[in-house]
Formats: sequence, C-alpha cells, structure tokens
Amino acid sequence: MSERTKVEVTLAVNGRSYRVRVEPRRTLADTLRDDCGLTGTHLGCEHGVCGACTILADGQPVRSCLMFAVQCEGMDLRTVEDLAEGDRLHPIQQAFWDNHGLQCGFCTPGFLMLATGYLEQNPDPDEQELRAVLSSNLCRCTGYQNILKSVRQAAEVMRG
Amino acid sequence: MSYVGSSVKRIEDRPLLTGKARFAADLSLPDQLHMRVVRSPVAHGRLVEIDTSEALAMDGVEAVWTGDDVRNVPPIDFRMPWVEGLERFRQPILATDHVRYVGEPVAMVLAEDSYLAEDAAELVFAGIEELDPVVDPLAAGPGAIETTVVEKAYGDLEGAFEDAPVFVEMELAVGRHSGVPMETRGALAHYDATRSVLEMFGAAKVPHHNRAAIASMLGLPLGAVVLREGHVGGGFGIRGELYPEDVLVCLAALRLGRPIRWVEDRREHMLAANHSRDQVHRIRAAVDPDGWIRGVVDEFWVDQGAYLRTHQVTVTELTTSMLPGPYAWPAYRSRGHVMLSNKTPCGTYRAPGRYESTFVRERLIDVIAHRLGLDPAEVRRRNLVQPERMPFKRGITALGTELTYDSGDYPGLLDRTLEYLDYEWLTADLARRRSAGELVGFGMGFFVEKSGLGPFDGVKVTVDEAGDVLVTTGVASIGQGVETVLAQVCADTLGVGIESVRVRHGQTDDLAYGMGAFASRVTVMSGSATLIAARGVRRKALELAASVLEADPSDLTIELGRVFVRGSAGGPAITLGEVARRLRPGLTGGDPGLTAEGWFQADHMVYPYGIHAAVVRVDPDSGLVEVERLVVCYEVGKAVNPELVNGQIAGGAAQGIGGALLEDFAYDESGQPLAATFMDYLMPTITEMPDVEVLLLEEAPSPLNPLGVKGAGEGGITAVGAAIANGVADALGCPEEVTRLPLGPERVRRIVADFA
Repeated sequence: MSERTKVEVTLAVNGRSYRVRVEPRRTLADTLRDDCGLTGTHLGCEHGVCGACTILADGQPVRSCLMFAVQCEGMDLRTVEDLAEGDRLHPIQQAFWDNHGLQCGFCTPGFLMLATGYLEQNPDPDEQELRAVLSSNLCRCTGYQNILKSVRQAAEVMRG
Repeated sequence: MSYVGSSVKRIEDRPLLTGKARFAADLSLPDQLHMRVVRSPVAHGRLVEIDTSEALAMDGVEAVWTGDDVRNVPPIDFRMPWVEGLERFRQPILATDHVRYVGEPVAMVLAEDSYLAEDAAELVFAGIEELDPVVDPLAAGPGAIETTVVEKAYGDLEGAFEDAPVFVEMELAVGRHSGVPMETRGALAHYDATRSVLEMFGAAKVPHHNRAAIASMLGLPLGAVVLREGHVGGGFGIRGELYPEDVLVCLAALRLGRPIRWVEDRREHMLAANHSRDQVHRIRAAVDPDGWIRGVVDEFWVDQGAYLRTHQVTVTELTTSMLPGPYAWPAYRSRGHVMLSNKTPCGTYRAPGRYESTFVRERLIDVIAHRLGLDPAEVRRRNLVQPERMPFKRGITALGTELTYDSGDYPGLLDRTLEYLDYEWLTADLARRRSAGELVGFGMGFFVEKSGLGPFDGVKVTVDEAGDVLVTTGVASIGQGVETVLAQVCADTLGVGIESVRVRHGQTDDLAYGMGAFASRVTVMSGSATLIAARGVRRKALELAASVLEADPSDLTIELGRVFVRGSAGGPAITLGEVARRLRPGLTGGDPGLTAEGWFQADHMVYPYGIHAAVVRVDPDSGLVEVERLVVCYEVGKAVNPELVNGQIAGGAAQGIGGALLEDFAYDESGQPLAATFMDYLMPTITEMPDVEVLLLEEAPSPLNPLGVKGAGEGGITAVGAAIANGVADALGCPEEVTRLPLGPERVRRIVADFA
C-alpha cells in the first residue's frame, strides 16, 4: 500500500459510528461504500448529475459523490440502508414496490433518499413541486411516471 | 389464482429497495487488485511507444500492460456474424499499432487501490503520431472504409418505378446515441485454484456466449470458466456484450493469481461502451395519386465507428429487413453501407434498426401525404398489410430467419388509436390552437417490432422437499422483471403460490445452454420454456400423487402446492413437498426428484406492432420542443404482467424522447467527443416526460408460442422519433424540412428561421 497521507475520520452513519482512515481526497460515496460497507449508495456518474448517490446529510439530500469524507465529521448521515426497520419497509420503499417505481433498481436508492429528505420537510407537496424535486435525479428504465406515483403515495402515508 | 395476466408486484424488489442488492461494483474479494484502463486521447494515430516506467515505479502498482503484453490474445469475435470476411475489422483488447478512436484502450494498470490505479494511469504516456481522422464517413471520400454492404430486395422495382405518377425522395438522418444505463460496466474476476475455475462476476445479457468466448480467447476449457450475473443496472442492448475490459480482467486474474476488480467511470462509459444509431438514408418512393406506394428504394450509410464489435453488422441487417414495417409495398430494395470512422464503435440499442428505419419510413409517409394532399393516417391505412394476408411472408430474411409477420390486424390497431385520440377533434383542436398563434402539431408512427429470437432457451423447474420451487433459466436479467414473469408462469402452471417460487438466472454453471436477454426474447422463449418445464413437473407430481391418493391422475388438481381430487379440496391431499420426498432416489422406479427441464425452440420470430402518437408544442424563441402527449398503442398478444409491460413501454418512450430531442454523441472535426459527461449528453429527466398513455392490446396472440406472447421490451421506443418528428413538422408547418434527429433547440430554431 502506498504511504500517502491518510487521516482518521469518524462518521455517524445510520445511527452508528464508523472510524475510518481515508485520504483527504476520498469521496464520501467511496468511503460509505468501501470503508463502511454500505454499498446501497450507488455511483452513476461521479460528477453530480445523476443523483444515484443521494444520501441525507443532517436531513438534507446531498450528492455523496461531490463530498469528501473528511468534510462530514459530525454530520448525521443517512443512507438507504437506514430506511427499513427490520423486515418492515419504510413507506417510501413500500410505495416504490406497490407502484412498480423501479426496474433495474440502480437509481432507486438515490430517489428514495431524495424523496425521503424532501417529504420529511415538505409533507404535502403539490404535483409541480414534486416534479421539480424529482427532476434532480436520472432514471433510465421507468420513464418516471411510476416514480412520481410512488412518491405521491408515500407522501400520503407519511402524512398519516 | 391466476398470476398470468395480473400485475403482481415484482418478487425481485426487496433487495433493490433496501440497499442490499449486489451490482458489479458492490463486489470485492480479499487481496484484489484494481484495474484502470489507459485510453487513447486522440481519434486516429500510429502508436509509436508507450512509456510505463513512471507508473510502474509507483508504490502499490503491481503491473502495467500494453498491447505487446497481450499479443497472444485474439481480437474479440463476432457474436452474430451475418457477413463473412469481416474479421480484420474486429477490435483488439489493447491497441497495438494504431489507435482508432478517443477512448480506445492502449494500456492497463493494476494497483492496490482504485485511486492509486487512476493516478498511475495518468503517468502512462502513449506516444502517438497523429493521423487524419474520419469523422464524417459520407464526406470522407476515398479515405473512408466501407466494410460491407447489406442488401435486401423483393418485388419488381423497375415495374414499380416505371411510369409512376409521383416520386418522393428524401434524405433523412438519425443521430448517434445509445443505451447509457445508469450503472456503468464493471467486472470482478478471480482464479479459484481449488476448483481450477476462472470466475467472473458482473456478466449480463449473454453470459453463456461470453463464457465460451473468454475460454476460447484465453485457451481454457469451457468448463474452466464460469460467468456470474448479479444485479444489473439496465441493459438496453449495450451492456453484457463482450468488451476488451472483460477479457483484460480475466486475463490478469489468470496471470497474476489475484482477484482483479474493474469499475468503469461515467466518462469512460461514454467513450468505451457501444454507441448506436447514426444513419443517413436516401429514400425514394413511387406513389399513386391515392397514396398507394408502388415501391421504395432506400440507400443508407451507418457510421459504425472504429471497429466491428460483437454485433458485427446486426443493426444494418435489421434496418434493411424491418424498414417496410407494416406496409404491403409490393417492391422494395434497401442497401446499407457499413462505414468505419474514428469514433467509438457501435452495437445494438433498444429497437436497433427499427428506431432508425421507422423514423425514415414514417417521415416519408407524412411527406407523401403532404404532396398528395391526403391525410397521413389515410395514406398509412391504404398501405397496411391486411389481416387476411396473415401470416404475411415478406420474402426477405431478418437475423437469419424468414421474415414472416405471425399475426395481426394493423388497420384495426389504427382504428383503435384514432378512436382513442378522437382524431378529428384532436386535429381540429390543434388547428384552432395554431390559428391562435401556438406552434402545436400532431404526428404518428406505425411500427412493427420483432421479438422472441430463437433458436432456443431452457428452464429447469425443481420442487424441494419443503415444497419450494426453483426455476433455473439460461436467460439473463437486466432489470426488466424476469424473475417475476417466470415465477408467474411457473406458479400458475404448477399450482403453487408465487411466494414459494425462486428464480435463478445468468449462472453459466447452472445449465449447459443459455441464450440470454436481448431482442425482446425472454418472456417469449424462457416464459414458454418455463411453461413446458412446469408442465413436466406437474405431470410427474400428479402421477405420484395418484398412486398415493388412489385416484386417476386426470381427476387430480394442484392448488397452493397441495394435490387433491378436483372438487374436494377438503378431502385427502398430498403436498408437493411430500411428493418430492417420495421421489427420493430408490423410492420409485422412475427418475428421482420432482424436477423437469423444458426447452422451447423457435425458428421464427414473433412480430408485435403498434403506433406512437405525439402532440408537441414548439417554443419558437428557445427552439424547445415540449411533448404534451405521447400515446402508445401496442399489440403484445398476451401481457403476462400488464404493469411490467406498461413500465417497459414508458421507459422505452423516455429513451425514445431522448433520442428524438436531446441525446447526441457529437464529435468535433478532430474526432474529439463533445458529449462525454451527463452535462453534455442530455438524457430525459421527469421534466421532459409526459405521462405516457399506453393502450395495451391483447387481440392478436402469437400462434408461435404456448403463451401467445409477443415481446414488449422494445415497442416503447420504436416510433417515438418518428411521431415526434412528424409532430414538429406539423407544428412548424414545414412538412418536408424536418429531416434529422435529434431535434435539439438549435436545429429547431434553424428550421424556424429558414422555413417556418
């Protein structure tokens, strides 16, 4: 292994603490996937366009390919692995399942985290807002209409 | 319970929803090395030397190989060789003497860490003496290489064109775009010395074929190579073909005895994975005043890129054979020139040859209608193959099979579509909006798809002693819902709950043969094979149960895994698990095990068909085209899972809109790609997507398979480009000037400025 400088970072992910040694240039996405073993966060472009790597940082949807792990010490990070409680799916996961909101499933974690972050702060969005929010992520399989349907259902369920 | 025909939820979704899926990049093995490919920065040149010393000197770099290190490995062979004598155009796994496109692999680095591998790759210096690139093979003159010409013809062309009252001639072009799945490619290979097996994870689409190809290229016995397909993030034709990187990963694993991991980045994907489309057609029709088309002559050029890859000339072949589409044109000839250029090589992309030819044909129809002052829908109707002529033999071949449309009522589908649209009202409403100043228009495209390419596929169905069912298939899953569809067919046929069915796919050591997932073939071929295998298991179960229950097998039925006398569900019964226990070796005279294989063979493809109809609005200032409505009327014979079919159609439609309005692998005059990121290669977001209206028809079941199904993987995309282009022409009042896809803002503004 090379002797390039690594720094020790403690990340709080899904309520658990991970102490990792990473190069300062290591992205948050790579750190989550390779150092924390949380491969549910996917990399579709690594330049911040597709949104497959979207996670929540202090409740905000962020592109984890555009952040470095060293920036994230002290943040509350949540990934797709945090959504379900045991066997019980989160309403957003259930809604995607119910409405065929996925096909290959590669972009799905990003959409799930984007929608979760948004709905937690905006429980009752109108159609136009939802379309605007969902336009930040790319899906190549579904044509989006079932994703929109899924997020609408989840919003309803999450409002209770 | 009948699962077939109902939109059951997908059985494969839970791991995908919970972050537990295993895509290629999610896999790691202890002691693995990371591969990074060094790619040519220039489009065309002579490779003088490659300096690897600086990279090799880096701590943690294990090896750097160039073309010289892999000279003993042959180029990648054709998977679908339609034309002989084209071997010299195949791609080597690393360039040796020349580089022929930006992104061509020239060297590879193996290092302990993926970041380090990238660092080292940047230090590999390829000395290249630049040569003039070919970026427009049509304009290139004598320097351009024409690999071959594919020609198909039938009928009396001379007679058709002699004395025809009207001739219509057009030049029409479709841009360069491709599948661009959200997951980039990736592979992890290792040599397992305990089993003497080279194993590669990350396979897709055609694992069995690629296993054989890798074994042959590396000089290994077939059984010493195993390919494994895990989760696959979208296929669309381009993923899963054998590429140089797959072979390099395997070769390195073999030579170094360590696991080798490679994950493509997005920029690499745009430069290295197959491009598609990019055709220019010159088409000429001889027409009667009533719109009847006597004959069509088409000549076209395909910008194939730098090499012929696994598909060889498949796209050209399909373009020539499928161009006549739903029409009964009595005479036809098409000639496709497969041209090389200094661009990324091409392969198939969803509806290969049909997206292009449908655009050309359906644009031509609208122009003919305009010239003759007829309604475009009526010109279509006049030329459709009539239902009484089904099965309709075209008199040419497609992919080595006779082109025979199996069944269909084309005029009926046109009626259904026009009725759904309320065509008269719609055209009047658009005319009213146009006179109020809006640039709105309507366009449609009628298409015939092809699906269910043979020659065979097999499935093994096994019930274990707990009554759980395993379906093992030789096809692949690229995210389209294969597991669910096969489980539906199996559960219905066998008489079990769908939750007791598991499906395995894409493992080359499961079954000796497997064809894979392409050409909208999985539900047709593997669905039918599942039906046959499950029937075999059912027969075996009923026979054994009959002896236990002292009944005649024909009086028995199976529901939710219990066998009992029909009509007395509460009476004596035996579970399938118990049947399996009683079929242990030695307990019966026959073959042990509650298991059966089913093989389905097909000499002919089946031909689904449909119409895409679009209402578009053009903003004359920005040049942006908004698709207000997109209607897809599609005949699938039988929808095993209607919601899955709808999903295929909506997803295909989105990609079709991308190709019609946004996506373009543009190059500058030096052969540098101008669209190598998602900032430049624009794919549809939800903003560009209307709610696709799908009219799913199940009125012309295919007589060629026991389920009656026709494939649904590609019909969502086929005529989108045609329908939108016709809509834009209608909106702009420029029926003859819309000749090229994509209709990006610049092109639309130019048409508006020059003609509207």
